[in-house]
Amino acid sequence: MLENIRLSFKGIWSHKMRSFLTMLGIIIGIAAIIAIVSTIKGTNEQIKENLIGAGDNTVEISLYQGDWTYEMGYEGIPTGVPVINSQVLDEIKDIENVVGASLYLSRQEFEVYHLNTSISGGYVLGVDNSYFDTCNYIIKRGRGFCEKDFSEYRKVALLDKDSAEALFQGEDPLGKTIEIKRQPYVVVGIVAKAKEFEPTINSIDDYYTYSQDASGKIYVPDCTWPVIYQYDEPQNVVIEVESTDDMTNAGKKTADILNGYLSTTDETLKYKAEDLLKQAQDIQELSKSTNSMLIWIAGISLIVGGIGVMNIMLVSVTERTQEIGLKKAIGAKKSNILGQFLTEAAVLTSMGGIMGVIVGIILAEVISRLSEMPVAISIPAAIAAVVFSMAIGIIFGVFPSYKAAALDPIEALRHE
Amino acid sequence: MILDLQHIFKDYNQDKLLVPVLKDVNLQVEEGEYVAIMGPSGSGKTTLMNIIGCLDRPTSGEFKLAGTDILALKDKELSNVRLNSIGFVFQSFHLMPRESALENVSLPLSYAGVKKKERKERALKALTRVGLEERATFMPTQLSGGQKQRVAIARAMVNNPKILLADEPTGALDSKSGAQIMELFQKLNDEGVTIVMITHDSKIASHAKRVYNIIDGEISQADEKEEKNEEKD
Repeated sequence: MLENIRLSFKGIWSHKMRSFLTMLGIIIGIAAIIAIVSTIKGTNEQIKENLIGAGDNTVEISLYQGDWTYEMGYEGIPTGVPVINSQVLDEIKDIENVVGASLYLSRQEFEVYHLNTSISGGYVLGVDNSYFDTCNYIIKRGRGFCEKDFSEYRKVALLDKDSAEALFQGEDPLGKTIEIKRQPYVVVGIVAKAKEFEPTINSIDDYYTYSQDASGKIYVPDCTWPVIYQYDEPQNVVIEVESTDDMTNAGKKTADILNGYLSTTDETLKYKAEDLLKQAQDIQELSKSTNSMLIWIAGISLIVGGIGVMNIMLVSVTERTQEIGLKKAIGAKKSNILGQFLTEAAVLTSMGGIMGVIVGIILAEVISRLSEMPVAISIPAAIAAVVFSMAIGIIFGVFPSYKAAALDPIEALRHE
Repeated sequence: MILDLQHIFKDYNQDKLLVPVLKDVNLQVEEGEYVAIMGPSGSGKTTLMNIIGCLDRPTSGEFKLAGTDILALKDKELSNVRLNSIGFVFQSFHLMPRESALENVSLPLSYAGVKKKERKERALKALTRVGLEERATFMPTQLSGGQKQRVAIARAMVNNPKILLADEPTGALDSKSGAQIMELFQKLNDEGVTIVMITHDSKIASHAKRVYNIIDGEISQADEKEEKNEEKD
C-alpha cells in the first residue's frame, strides 16, 4: 500500500501539468463547497448567537394558553394551576445539566410612571434573591435586593437599561420614586446582563427578529407582588444550564415537571419553555433550501472532475500497457495492478481535495471581507470534503483500473 | 524434471481462420540444464516461450513445471508460479523508466510481500550477482544496454526462480555486450540455474548445452545439423 502511494506520487509528479489539470475539476468543486458551507455555517452561527446571546444559557419556562403566554392581568388566576413550591423547584434543580433555577412572577405592564413619563409595554417582574444569580445579572449601579427588602416587604425596585432610559431619559434614577399601578417604589439600582450582548443586525428583518424584547424590565421583591397585583399567582421558572446545547432538553424537562402538577380542565393551558434554539433552527431552516441547491451545483462540478480523472486514468493505462504486461509477467496479481491504479486515482483526487479545501477557505475569507458576511470554517466539512474527493477517485478509477488489471500480459508486452 | 511438455498444440483464431502455431511439441528439461530453442520469426518460438512462462495456455497437451500441472491452475495461482518459479528476461529489457536499478530489481519482492528492509538487501544481493552493485541507484536512462539487461536479469533472479526464461536476451545489444550477457548466463548456469533461452541467432544458441530447432511449430533437437541451420538463417 505504502509502495503504491509512493509510486502514485512519482507518477503524478512526472506529469505535473497533466495531473494538475486533472485535479482542477476536483479543486474547483471542493473549493466551491467549502466556501458555501463556510458561509452557511457563519450565517447560522450568527443567527444562533443573536437569538440566544453569547453564552447566557438561560431558559424561561412560562404558562401558555395555546401559542400565547397566559396573561394574569387579563384572565385572572387560572384554576388548577398551583403555585410552584420549593419542593417542585428542587425537583427542577435536580434535572441533568441544570445549574440553577429560580421562580419569578411576570406581567406586561403599561401603568408604570416616573412623574408623567410612562413606559410602553414593559414588564414588571417579581423576583427572589436568587433570580439575578440564575440569570447572570449584575448590579451596574446602586445596590441589589437584600434580606431586609424581603423580610420587611420594602417597596424597592431595580431597573434595567431600557426601562431606566424609558422612564428617566438620561436623568439619574437612583433614589427616585416610580409608580407601579399607583404603588410607589424606590429605585435602588440598575441591573444588566453580566455579558453585554448586542445582536448583529444586518437587515431590517434581523431587526424585527431580534429587537422585539427591548421594551424594558422592572424588578420588585416577589413578596411585594400582592401589593400591586394579587396573592397566589402561579410563577414562571428560569433555569440556567451548562451549555447552549442543553437548553432545549432541560427546558422541555422542566415544563414536563410543571405540567405534571396541573389539574386544569383547559387542555390548552400548558407550561412551555421559550425555545430559542429551536427558533434559531427555524430561521436557519429558511436559508437551507437555497444553500442545498448551491451544494448540488458544486457537486456536479465534482462529477465532471471525476469524469476527467477517469479519462486521464484511461490514457495512463494505455500509455503504461507495456509496464502492466511486464508486471504481470514477473508475478503481479490482478489485485496488485488494480490496487496500483486505484491508489493513483485516489491519491490524485485526494490531493485535489486538499488543494480544494485550501482554495475554498481562502475563497470564504475573501467573500467575508467583500460582502461582510460572517464565515465559519468547518473542520468536519473539510475532512469530509477530502474523504469525498478520495471516494470520487476510487469510484471513477474503478473502470480504468479494472481495465488495466484485466489486460492480457502477452498482448500488453507486445504493445508498442 | 523441471519442465515437461507433452503433445502441446496451440491454435490461434485469426479472422475466423484457425491457424496452428504449435504442432505436437514435446520438450523435457532437467534441473540445471541450459537449453536454447532456435527458430526463425513466425516459427512459434515466442508462443512456446509464453506457454512455458505461464502467460499463455496451449489448446491441448500437458505441461508440468517442477511436477505441478500448470494447466489446472487458476489465474491467481499462475501469477504465483510466475512470481516464484519463473524469471523472465526480455529482448527490450522492460525496466520501469522512473525507478532506479535497485527499485526495479525489488519489484517482484514487493509482490511477494517481502518487507522493505529485506527487499533492499535481497535486491542489492541480486545486483551484486550480475556485477552492478555500484549502479544500484542509477536510473535506467543512465545505464548502457548491456547494463540494463543485467538489471533485468537481476530482477528475474531475485526471487530465486526454478527456471530463467530468456527471450532474445541479446537481440537489442551490440556483440560485445551480448557476449557479456552470455558469460553471465554461463556463470548462472554453473551456479545451478536452469536456463531456457529463445533466439534466432545460432551463435547465441551455441552457448547452450542443448539446442532445439523449432520450424513451423514443430520442434526437433539439433545436433550435427547445426551448421546447416546456420546457413538457413
